Amino acid sequence: MDTLNILIMGFISIVIVNNLVFTKFLGICPYLGVSGRIDMAFGMGMAVTFVVTLSGTLTWLIDHLILMGTALEVTRYVCFILVIAGAVQLVEMYVRKFFPGLYESFGIFLPLITTNCAILGLCLFINLWEIDNLLEAVVLSFGAGIGFTMAICIMAGIRENLNLADVPACLKGAPITLITAGILALAFMGFAGMIR
Amino acid sequence: MTKNNIANAELYKETLLAGLWRENPVFRLLLGMCPTLAVTAAVKPALTMGLCVIFVLVCSNIVVSLMRNLLKPHLRILIFTLTISTFVTIADLFLKAFQPRMSEILGPYVPLIIVNCIIICRAEACASKNTLIVSIIDALGMGAGFTLTLCVLAGVRELLSTGAIFEIQIFALAKTGGWFEPWLAMSMPVGAFITLGLLLGLVNAATSKKA
Repeated sequence: MDTLNILIMGFISIVIVNNLVFTKFLGICPYLGVSGRIDMAFGMGMAVTFVVTLSGTLTWLIDHLILMGTALEVTRYVCFILVIAGAVQLVEMYVRKFFPGLYESFGIFLPLITTNCAILGLCLFINLWEIDNLLEAVVLSFGAGIGFTMAICIMAGIRENLNLADVPACLKGAPITLITAGILALAFMGFAGMIR
Repeated sequence: MTKNNIANAELYKETLLAGLWRENPVFRLLLGMCPTLAVTAAVKPALTMGLCVIFVLVCSNIVVSLMRNLLKPHLRILIFTLTISTFVTIADLFLKAFQPRMSEILGPYVPLIIVNCIIICRAEACASKNTLIVSIIDALGMGAGFTLTLCVLAGVRELLSTGAIFEIQIFALAKTGGWFEPWLAMSMPVGAFITLGLLLGLVNAATSKKA
């Protein structure tokens, strides 16, 4: 019962309280790039969720079973980025084979998931928070993906309406998106301190 | 000095200045947003971050430029990331050894330089096509532009959130008898997003008037 409690708390905390986009500034690039349309945003979120769950789990395993056992922690970053690049390659092949339409609309952003800071960032945070339980690492990685999907979908919904608004010329595009993100972050600040 | 040399010097100057303003990585290309937002709560960490990025950028541009003729197209991104992560590991260990406090503040954002789009973008767009010297100058220009932007953003945020710049008090604080009430929101994510948004808008307005 206790473990379940920790897992649920961890999940809620990473989705809402410690949302990667709004409190850790991770994954801002795709956040600004793909959040134009809500269906694309959702697809991107799903792809990121899959990659982040996979790589979060794999990097935890590699870190604890191989690197810490053999005192090779120095090579941690190199290993992490290799795992992530491999996971992205896997997702790319899968999406190209089974969802060609989605693949077309992603364009350059799919391979760019490799350099999405949210994924490497989460792997590093799992390491930093000293999560020593595989199940917790999996739940946290999955929650991070869900949190990212939620953030990017909220943003896409707002931006679809923002197209109709009368924004000053110099603020069009990225600046107004950032300001909107700031206001969203303000809203999410209300959750701060709820858990941990 | 021959004509060729002068032309070369022009090209170098052009490359160096491009990174500072015309192709400023943050304001014009919108690259490297995550560290820009995350480490700019105060000037000191922002400066440290900028220096780390310059180091990694220069080193990776040198290596990529030297092996640009050996690269296979489908493997190049992987090679770039491996090169970059090697140098980031060096920078991270160096910070941990000599600047432990800074390393603690920056936390995971130092290893996150690996996925900083600026570095991979420069490797791809410049170093893999140009000679060694041009790549180094490009790296210096881009790195300096990035550092400068980071420091400007951090300066604004630090001034508004604590009334100090570089930990030197500029505004007298209200609790010590002055007038300035620290604007705490500025040191939080909210401040980062909104300040950067407004700065971008300002830069856009300035450049569109000139054109």
